[in-house]
Amino acid sequence: MTEIISLNYTLIVVMIGAFILGITSGILSSFAVLRQQSLLGDVISHAALPGIAFAFLFFMTKHSLGLMIGAIISGWLGTFLVAMIVRYTTLTRDAAFGIVLSVFFGLGIVVLSYIQKLPSSEKAGLDSFLFGSASTILLSDIITMAIFASIIFIVIILFWKEFKLLSFDRHFMSSMGFPTERLDLMLTWLLVIGIVIGLQMVGVVLMSAMMIAPAAAARQWTSRLGVLVILAGFFGLISGGIGTLFSSYIPHLSTGPMIVISISVIMVFSLFFAPHRGVLWHWYKQREYQASIRANTMLVNMLLFSESATDPYHCHQLSALAAIGRGPAIKAMKELSNKGFVHNPKEDLWGLTPAGFNQAKRLQQSLDHDS
Amino acid sequence: MNSQLNDDNAAVLVQDLTVAYKEKPVLWDIDLKIPKGVLLAIVGPNGAGKTTLLRSIMGLLKPAAGSVHIFGQSIKQQKHNIGYMPQRGNVDWDFPTNALDVVMMGRYGRLGWFKRPGKHEKKLALEALDRVGMANFADRQLNQLSGGQQQRVFLARALIQDAEIYFMDEPFVGVDAVTEKTIIQLLKELRNQSKTVVVVHHDLQTLTDYFDWVALLNVRQIASGPISDVLTDENLKLTYGGRSAFLTHNQSPQTEL
Repeated sequence: MTEIISLNYTLIVVMIGAFILGITSGILSSFAVLRQQSLLGDVISHAALPGIAFAFLFFMTKHSLGLMIGAIISGWLGTFLVAMIVRYTTLTRDAAFGIVLSVFFGLGIVVLSYIQKLPSSEKAGLDSFLFGSASTILLSDIITMAIFASIIFIVIILFWKEFKLLSFDRHFMSSMGFPTERLDLMLTWLLVIGIVIGLQMVGVVLMSAMMIAPAAAARQWTSRLGVLVILAGFFGLISGGIGTLFSSYIPHLSTGPMIVISISVIMVFSLFFAPHRGVLWHWYKQREYQASIRANTMLVNMLLFSESATDPYHCHQLSALAAIGRGPAIKAMKELSNKGFVHNPKEDLWGLTPAGFNQAKRLQQSLDHDS
Repeated sequence: MNSQLNDDNAAVLVQDLTVAYKEKPVLWDIDLKIPKGVLLAIVGPNGAGKTTLLRSIMGLLKPAAGSVHIFGQSIKQQKHNIGYMPQRGNVDWDFPTNALDVVMMGRYGRLGWFKRPGKHEKKLALEALDRVGMANFADRQLNQLSGGQQQRVFLARALIQDAEIYFMDEPFVGVDAVTEKTIIQLLKELRNQSKTVVVVHHDLQTLTDYFDWVALLNVRQIASGPISDVLTDENLKLTYGGRSAFLTHNQSPQTEL
């Protein structure tokens, strides 16, 4: 009995943690993606690893606040180094990302492997920061996460208008006297904090997915910033929930990777099936467009044919019409027939209807007008 | 018009301005006075530093040397009197918002920190969209606007700033003839309301029709003043170097006007 209660208690704690992680990373990913800084999240999360390791060496405890502060400092140091490399060397931004990411991550791994050899009993589970380990989450960790998350929410609500303009047009913003560089720095700080609070659950390797996928998915469904941010937060939240449930009911599935897989499924679904921006939508629209071009061409060709005869509604054989048109003629004919523009009095004989005649005239005029 | 210039009544006063990227000077020792109430074109070949000059005047770039004053004061003191229309290509037009929202951004400076745009800003934005002929496009998503429409939205955003001096970076690039007419008409309206308008321009053919002052630039400043005084064959040759023969040939009938 007590076992079931304690299991549920753990599940609830992990679930709350996953919710906080999901919402925060969803919201922050919106700004990261819109500012075309998706990869910055990758850099920050990898750069946080040595900070965690050094913080452990310093405090000799796995208490989350100390480790988080270490992670925040080294994560921020990583972004600072990227900025310095871009400013003072001839290297491009993506090269700077690559350098900082691998150097910090490598350093982190080295220090972690050193820690593994220490006699301390506390060290167990520290390597869970690599891929995340939700089962090690304690109530105190949740409280720390919640406090940091609240700070992020409050700052984003307060500076909503400013962050929007900063993401859209920083030169214009700067011309109105706003300190864009300081706002930039503030948003980067939020990104660092948001990433760090997710590290314990998802790990440094997979955290970057949380900084891209929720916003990438949400962007498919909406063209309003407010809705985008809320939707991204919501996607993050449900992927946190789904990931936690899956990993708790199926043994040996880690929570962090399950959360990442959940958000990835949402993202892939959105990329394919969202109206207006989805791949399938584009494909369907493209086909529809091509079909309508074929049908219109056929209509105009029929008009040209008819003008030679005295009767504009004179019927012609499909093969004769197909000879001057392109593509499968019968398909275009059937479509025109559905719209009532052509009729088919006898087999293989097709002629314009009065409606079709008018439509063809209109098309012809618009073609003449364009050329 | 105010051709008798002293430093006090200048809308823009640039002194000894030098701007460099890394070690390469982009602008060298510019002295420029722009009087109030003129419609001025900054003209010069590619790489002459036209956009750099515009951005330096607005304080968006730190100069290596020199100073800029706007209406006799620092840029910071005059920030609410400055209107800006950047190049359209500088922003992501797939940003998730609509035309009205972008126009309202023109009020953010006056709103100041934390305050959100409300009914008043919305009314101003709708009026501005109407002025640029985009009244029916307020709810239109940015990615559904054509190039000319994007440019009009940017112009509406600058108009709503209700500034005393406007800086516009290549407003006529990549727009259709109708949009070009709309834009120049509004710029002339602003000038007639004795606002100062500074435009980066590169089409010499339309220069005399559109503008009344010109600054010729090629890293160094070649000349500036009323078009009739400044647009001489010799100055154009200095500005455009070897390619000037073609330009002056096209331009000479107009310069004599």
